[in-house]
Amino acid sequence: MVVANRDVRAVTGIDAGTLRAMYRHMLRARLLDERIWVLNRQGVVRFWVSGMGQEAIQVALGMHVRPGIDWVAPYYRDLALSLVLGMTPRDQLLAALAKADDPNTGGRQMPAHFSSRRLNIISSGSVVATQLIHAAGIALASRIRGEDAVTVVTTGEGATSEGDFHEALNFAAIHHLAVVFVVQDNGLAISVPTSRQMPTPDVADRAAGYGIPGVVVDGTDPVASYQRCGEAIARARAGRGPTLIDAKVPRLTSHSSDDDQRRYRTEEALETDRQHDCIGRYARRLAEMGVLSAKAADAVRAELVAEIDLATAEAEAAPDPAPESVHLHVLGDA
Amino acid sequence: MALTVSMPQLGESVTEGTIARWLKQPGEPVAKYESIAEVASDKVNAEIPAPADGTFGEIIAPEGSVVSVGQPICTIEQGATAPAAVPAPFVTAPPAPAVVPEPAALAPAPVTAAPAPLTTAPAAEPAAPSSAPEPPATVLPPAAREASSIGSATPGANGTGTQPGHQHVTPAVRMLLREHDVDLGELRGSGIGGRVTKKDVLEYVQRRDGAARATGALPAAAAAPSAAPPVAAAPAPGPSAGFLVPSEPAEEGDQLLPMTSVRRAIADHMVRSRQTSPHAWLMVEVDMSRVVRLREAGKMAFKERYGISLTYLPFVARAVVEALRRRPTFNAQWSDAGLVLKHDIHLGIAVALEENLVVPVLRNADRLSVAGLAQAMADLGNRARANRLKLDEIQGGTFTLNNTGALGAVMTQAIINQPQAAILTMDAVVKRPVVVDDMIAIRPIMNLGMSFDHRLNDGLQAARFLQDVKGQLESLDESATLL
Amino acid sequence: MAVLTYLEAIREGMRDEMRRDDRVMIFGEDVGAKGGVFGVTEGLQREFGEWRVMDSPLAESCIVGVCIGAAFNGMRPIAEIQFQDFILPGVDQIVSEAAKIRYRSNDDWNMPLVIRAPFGGGVHGALYHSQSLEAMFCHVPGLRVVVPSNPYDAKGMLVAAIRDPDPVLYFEHKRAYRSLRGEVPEHEYTVPLNRARVVRQGEDIAVFTYGLMVDTAVQAAERLDRDGFSVEVVDLRSLRPLDRAGIVESARRCGKVLVAQEANLAVSVSSEVSAIVAEECFEYLDAPVMRIGGPEVPAMPFAKPLEDAYLVDVDKLEIKLRSLAEY
Repeated sequence: MVVANRDVRAVTGIDAGTLRAMYRHMLRARLLDERIWVLNRQGVVRFWVSGMGQEAIQVALGMHVRPGIDWVAPYYRDLALSLVLGMTPRDQLLAALAKADDPNTGGRQMPAHFSSRRLNIISSGSVVATQLIHAAGIALASRIRGEDAVTVVTTGEGATSEGDFHEALNFAAIHHLAVVFVVQDNGLAISVPTSRQMPTPDVADRAAGYGIPGVVVDGTDPVASYQRCGEAIARARAGRGPTLIDAKVPRLTSHSSDDDQRRYRTEEALETDRQHDCIGRYARRLAEMGVLSAKAADAVRAELVAEIDLATAEAEAAPDPAPESVHLHVLGDA
Repeated sequence: MALTVSMPQLGESVTEGTIARWLKQPGEPVAKYESIAEVASDKVNAEIPAPADGTFGEIIAPEGSVVSVGQPICTIEQGATAPAAVPAPFVTAPPAPAVVPEPAALAPAPVTAAPAPLTTAPAAEPAAPSSAPEPPATVLPPAAREASSIGSATPGANGTGTQPGHQHVTPAVRMLLREHDVDLGELRGSGIGGRVTKKDVLEYVQRRDGAARATGALPAAAAAPSAAPPVAAAPAPGPSAGFLVPSEPAEEGDQLLPMTSVRRAIADHMVRSRQTSPHAWLMVEVDMSRVVRLREAGKMAFKERYGISLTYLPFVARAVVEALRRRPTFNAQWSDAGLVLKHDIHLGIAVALEENLVVPVLRNADRLSVAGLAQAMADLGNRARANRLKLDEIQGGTFTLNNTGALGAVMTQAIINQPQAAILTMDAVVKRPVVVDDMIAIRPIMNLGMSFDHRLNDGLQAARFLQDVKGQLESLDESATLL
Repeated sequence: MAVLTYLEAIREGMRDEMRRDDRVMIFGEDVGAKGGVFGVTEGLQREFGEWRVMDSPLAESCIVGVCIGAAFNGMRPIAEIQFQDFILPGVDQIVSEAAKIRYRSNDDWNMPLVIRAPFGGGVHGALYHSQSLEAMFCHVPGLRVVVPSNPYDAKGMLVAAIRDPDPVLYFEHKRAYRSLRGEVPEHEYTVPLNRARVVRQGEDIAVFTYGLMVDTAVQAAERLDRDGFSVEVVDLRSLRPLDRAGIVESARRCGKVLVAQEANLAVSVSSEVSAIVAEECFEYLDAPVMRIGGPEVPAMPFAKPLEDAYLVDVDKLEIKLRSLAEY
């Protein structure tokens, strides 16, 4: 039984095709993320930092971005976002394996330092929060040239304690720049909980200090996330200034492959997070709405696994960077 | 007792202020710290307080006048009962910041002059004749240097005398001793503690070799090309000696035009250039139709915008620079180890003056468009004629372009400007009958000739180079904008 | 040809480039309505509008970071830091971000950014308006660091910096703003960003220096000239990269070297120049490589006797040169 599209749209505000597309993107990111963990535990990927549990908000956000026209300043958990914008599992596996053809950094940075000039994804380093000010500057340039491009920038909640977060919001708010700040609040900055990161419960509370809207959303609910992100982006595009979106998400893995969260988190807390896993919940919801049957979902999974298997094989066979290339690209003439 | 009040410094880096308004008139009583004038500088407007109690004396700087920091503006008469004048902190004048002249450009020595020969005639010879341009101030003739180092005022130098062989020898001295086959024991040291210095060795060698030359034991030293500035040497016989003609007028009516340093320098360079480089010469004819049309179309607007005339020279220069990029063996220098391909393109543009030939160098000529080249060349030409070129504009050229066409010549064989690989002449643009599609047509034709050093390049490369320049000029995009 | 002050030459360089290329913009504190606390950007907002000459909040990380973002998005920004002393909050954006963007993206992105700041003392600026901190940036690959010493170079190097595809730190000596004058062509020209310049030819001692010290060195050289010592003065102009070939050429030819700067000596530009001379000119040296600079104190104090004690002036330089000449 296929439910009429208008009924789905009436309930969610989103058409069935988009709902299915979001599921596909989320699952692809999850399967890829899991694969890279496996490779890490095999000793083949030397370092990995994960976005598992944060796929919904990232995909929902990415669906509203026009790649190559709008701008994105991501942070290191944005694997799902990078794929929605047009990067591929092969790209990110090349990065994880530090191969010469890695389009993000040529194997020069750790994986999860997303970058693509072609897609207007700016290069990021490992220092958190610096990209927030870059986003404001990108939006300033759009304003100077009279373009309707929107810049979206993401970060974790820990980085909102950095001075750069405040300088970025301050500047973007003064000039009503077209920036959407999306904080993916997973409750922990490595081991430091949000109660030690900010005096109020929500990052969204910080927005009032800059005179911009602060919007809390369930970052594991792709429908709600899609709607809130859409509103914020429309607001920015209409020249009404920045929004701070505070997306609540779980942290299903440790901070990174060099961390073991079982040493500082209780089993109850970990179980609570697992209950909030967006992939399974969304699949069930789509099945209930008649948008995607369990059988169809399995077919999607099988396709995606095959895609990732092929990408893994290609990436593993790709060449490493040549040692003498270490000297290249410091300045433009070499 | 009169106290003089000076203009204070109002604001960092401020050098002067304007008296906007006097708040006191002569004879009026004045209290310490009371405002006496309003002053404006380009950063700050402020009121100046009096440094002491007393009576306002005389206005030295009237309203509206601009006064340098530290200069007097008025006086205050201090009464007998007034406390001793305590200058307010900002009234004491800081030293007036020096107006620094433009970075020192040495008086331009003739560019094509001979680099300094290592030795000169014996020290007794007088210095350069008065008609020569001033020699670069940094280099003393060897005679004077020698005089200053012997018994010099340097404290503790060789007071205790030298002890040859028991001294600290620096690497530079060691190298020179080896090179010139000198025994350390033969030397007096003028350095601290009697140390033998590099200068000591060099002066010893000069004296030794000079004496040997005077006795005929050594031939005249070949001057090694170096980056050092040309020393305006005494007019001693140099490489241009060749056939020696007696200088006293031999036959009636003959007249002697006295030798000048400039003439000597040009002569030395030309002779040496011919002796150093086997000169070969190649010429092509260039159909300048497109250049002529482009120039005609744009010259009015160009003149209006830049205030200078647009000639053919910048077009040719641009084409030459492009060709040099593609054919680096023409932007190169000969060395025993091989051809040194110079990375940067510094284009020398020959400028003919009445009494001199100067080749100002346009540095990094490849960075400029036709318009930029036109302006830069006009500027260099003007300053060359006014004798105001900077040091790095008279040396370091990697290729030379000579606009002999401006003098009316239609075919020129120039002499290479050492140590470059070639010199290009652009002769006059002349309308000629030519054959186009088997019919006679009239076209503006310019000959491009190149004298090249056959050690670095052969005729094949030279021809290709000229074809490259010719090709660019003949295929110039007439729709290109110059501005 | 016009005679301009060092400050006017800088302004003209920016103005000409902004007219030629509408991607060029200026962002910093007080640059707009006020025209800069020294007046460098005076008149520019009037001509180019408040979006291209823009007053920033009081936040140096914001100033540099916003310019980085604008450069990502196709602009050619000039960030103005009001005093080099206050560049420190922006160092994370400069060193962690700007310097590394091309390298870390494997040449996919580049960062055409100019950061200007006035440095140096002798203006009663005291500890936080007089420092010379350029050496810390000279340590960072991915950055260019330049210091012009005269109006001609000031304009030409700024134009070159604006056109350069990589981040350039362009430091202006604040005491030079109105005290140095020189001829500056009106036509378009650039000065290369990686070359030193021999300001004064000599044979006995090569003095390597930069900024306002170039002028001081020329004055000291003239004094020594009268006694027959020939001093060459080389304006480094580019502190990163240093013009290695130029330094070696002068050092080898002269055999005696003095490196002079206003900043304190420990781990400074003078240290690097000395190392280069030691590595590549050993066989040509007729004396140890000498240096002169500020004392090892945190910064230049306010009281005039203390400020004067800090500064290297022509008398101190002359004494040092003479001792080297007599070695």
